[in-house]
Amino acid sequence: MQNGKREAGSGKRARRRGMALALTLFVVPAVRAQTVAITGGKVYPVSGPAIENGTVLVRDGKIVAVGANVAVPNGATRIDATGKWVTPGLINALTGLGVAEVNAVPSTVDRTARGDSGVAASFPVWEGINPASTLFAPARNEGVTSVGVIPTGGLIAGQAAVIDLVPGTLTDMINKAPIAMVAQFGDARDGGSTARGEQFARLKELLEDARAYSRRRAEFERAQTRPFAARRADLEALVPVVEGRLPLLLNVDQASDIEAVLRLARETNVKVIVAGGAESWEVADKLAAANVPVIVGAMINIPQSFSTLGSRQETPALLQRAGVKMVLIGTGSGEEGFNVRNLKYDAGVAVAYGLKWDDALRAITLTPAEVLGVANRVGSLQPGRDANIVVWSGDPFEFATRVEHVLIRGREVVQPSRQDELMQRYKTYPPAYRKP
Amino acid sequence: MGGGVAALAACAPAKSTAAAQPRPATAPAPARDTTRLPPGAGAVSAPNADPFPSTYVVPASRATLIRNVTVLTAAGPTIRGGSVLLRDGKIAAVGTSVTAPGDAEIIDGQGKYLTPGIIDDHSHMGVYAAPGGDALSDGNELTNPVTANVWAEHSVCPQDPQFPRALASGVTTAQILPGSGNLIGGRSVVLKLVPSASVQGMKFPGAKYGLKMACGENPKRVYANRGPSTRMGNVAGYRAAWIQAEAYRRRWDKWNADHQGDPPQRDPGLETLAEVLRGNILVHNHCYRADEMMQMIDIAKEFGYKIRSFHHGVEAYKIADRLAKEGISASLWSDWGGFKMEAMDGVRANLAMVSAAGARAIVHSDDPSGMQRLNQDAAKAMAAGEQIGIHTTEDQAIKWLTINPAWALGLDDRIGSIEVGKNADVVLWSADPFSVYARVDRVWLDGAAAYDRANPASWWRTDFELGNVPLPAGGK
Repeated sequence: MQNGKREAGSGKRARRRGMALALTLFVVPAVRAQTVAITGGKVYPVSGPAIENGTVLVRDGKIVAVGANVAVPNGATRIDATGKWVTPGLINALTGLGVAEVNAVPSTVDRTARGDSGVAASFPVWEGINPASTLFAPARNEGVTSVGVIPTGGLIAGQAAVIDLVPGTLTDMINKAPIAMVAQFGDARDGGSTARGEQFARLKELLEDARAYSRRRAEFERAQTRPFAARRADLEALVPVVEGRLPLLLNVDQASDIEAVLRLARETNVKVIVAGGAESWEVADKLAAANVPVIVGAMINIPQSFSTLGSRQETPALLQRAGVKMVLIGTGSGEEGFNVRNLKYDAGVAVAYGLKWDDALRAITLTPAEVLGVANRVGSLQPGRDANIVVWSGDPFEFATRVEHVLIRGREVVQPSRQDELMQRYKTYPPAYRKP
Repeated sequence: MGGGVAALAACAPAKSTAAAQPRPATAPAPARDTTRLPPGAGAVSAPNADPFPSTYVVPASRATLIRNVTVLTAAGPTIRGGSVLLRDGKIAAVGTSVTAPGDAEIIDGQGKYLTPGIIDDHSHMGVYAAPGGDALSDGNELTNPVTANVWAEHSVCPQDPQFPRALASGVTTAQILPGSGNLIGGRSVVLKLVPSASVQGMKFPGAKYGLKMACGENPKRVYANRGPSTRMGNVAGYRAAWIQAEAYRRRWDKWNADHQGDPPQRDPGLETLAEVLRGNILVHNHCYRADEMMQMIDIAKEFGYKIRSFHHGVEAYKIADRLAKEGISASLWSDWGGFKMEAMDGVRANLAMVSAAGARAIVHSDDPSGMQRLNQDAAKAMAAGEQIGIHTTEDQAIKWLTINPAWALGLDDRIGSIEVGKNADVVLWSADPFSVYARVDRVWLDGAAAYDRANPASWWRTDFELGNVPLPAGGK
């Protein structure tokens, strides 16, 4: 499938491959040594308290030791992090990286399935990811090492994945897929339903039919069941959801809509994640009681629609205080594309609006890993985890801070982005147009 | 800058606004004041430079001394341990040893930062008011590619909840522009961010109008079916409009000089364009690509007008030396880009590179959310410049947010810096404004307390918000 697609878009893809080749010339000599020791830094494992003058030891792409008194084996490649801050790689939970290159150019956007009457449960968004996307480098160069790739549109948008931003093939990049079924509830009118109650009933019917289907597959194949509310492939895709193995991630903002989602979760016994959550702070206690995680940003405070009248920048802090599992995403202007990197600034702004610094770091590392079901591999610095590590010149949330090293699975991955090349080309006047 | 504007600096904003209007450089005075014409003799047909006059009045305020602050003046080096005295709406004194009059309120800044009020020269507040939807979508008159006849102020809803949020983020002045769907989108309006039942009550007295023009993908996409559908069609459209405008300007200038016969037939669109040709309306040109900016510069030369600022200019860094040479400012984001073809080459050091080349760099928003963090956008651009060896000091970067946009609006003699005689628009920050953790603590606008973070009961709450938007302390 993927080969066919590549051929179909041959011109553009070939050009991208050319660019990728040019970029390889820049690659900083990869720290491919078996063992890497990052020493002397202020280490934030996130899974535990910060360690002054700590060492992170990496072997074969995995973290093997983290602490103040870690012996560095002979022959290890050393990264001196004295005076630097060391954190897990950041995780941006909601992006279109790899499936949306230039939003206004439809041929480069593979985020929205046609579906069937607003239902695209069987849509595996990751199958459209283009590993040659120019948008990965800006994100990983600024410390984002994993992202959620999320489908959009419809009542049920499709299935999301987590990818690591490691250079390579899609197979190399996939961390876990699927990680969630994505749906919308509220004033999203593109699912064919205009009334909230109808959306509720349809979601419930689809989940109930998926459950019925899962029990009666054999009869279904012999056409001995009543008609179901969705196509077979979509029902099949919903089975892990009704079996509690795959969360239903709902884009929902209005407080009353969030309460409806909590009712839906109770009535269908489905695990839900609230994303968007503009008014989630108004129902924070209920979300905490239901153990429902919320994915929010810290830069939304305008009543842009009647569903988001309660938007405020204290939302992350208020959710945290109420005991809600809270994930931060980028919500500033233009956070798509090459600004997936700006996640860290939402963390900083959340702190300015009352969130504790440690909680903010957790909300862009370990908590998204937990909520997206990949915490066994990423999101914290502890033995056994993938060596996705960032060395910063200072506080990661501050604008003046530089990224010094980014390791994904133990490999240095910083390489000039397309934007870096443009800046180098034009930083003199008249422009130098230097060959890379 | 024309002498007319310099003369205006002496006018107190509170005075009759009719007297504070920019005087056309070539059009004689009689056409401006219709009350002097005999009834029926051109009262309707003669151009009126100010048919919707500002009703803004500088509020009475107590003298205020803000002491013990780090002052980023936008006019010189940072003053540490500084004091600023606000009196009668103006900045009355700045320095390290300022004595307060006996009746002054004394504010201890506790070592925090004081900056001029932030100026956003690209906003659609009011013309795309929250909560949005078709009913409040009033920013793009997409019925003709040239709508020089429309004025943004006639779309501004003063009850837009975006206004108080911008103010609470340190923005004191904003240019409201029509959208970018048209080649020539219409007149802008410069507003002070103050509560008012009408847009006239927000209008910056004596501010020049701007003209919105737009290049590239937007107009050709909107008019794909009727044209222009190409970039060459866009250029043909601008030139056709200026050719008409030039003939119109000549007809009226002649009549104004000799008053022979009936005045020419008025045309509201050409009236606006003729005022651009006379230098009385400033051109704000939405343009992403370097090559298109260069073409727009040639068009401006062909017809004898100046482009005051290129807006968005994601490729401004490619021609920064030319912008410096032409005296054109660049109103930019730090890193918004990539969302369409003409925005693909956006780089985060754009502002720093443009600034380093000697052109006026401006941080703009085009977005009510980004508008609340223009200081952060500047900080991102400073850091990106640093990464490629361009060092920008805070004293330079503060200009991107204040005096440079003031210049783009033709208001740099009144706002945009902390200097004696300037309007007393100042912002007290909780920390260095280029830190992600900085919050706006207080805002003074024309010397009056406009925002105080510690006193939620005093916050500006629009009519729309009553009963709709929850209060921080609970309830609506």
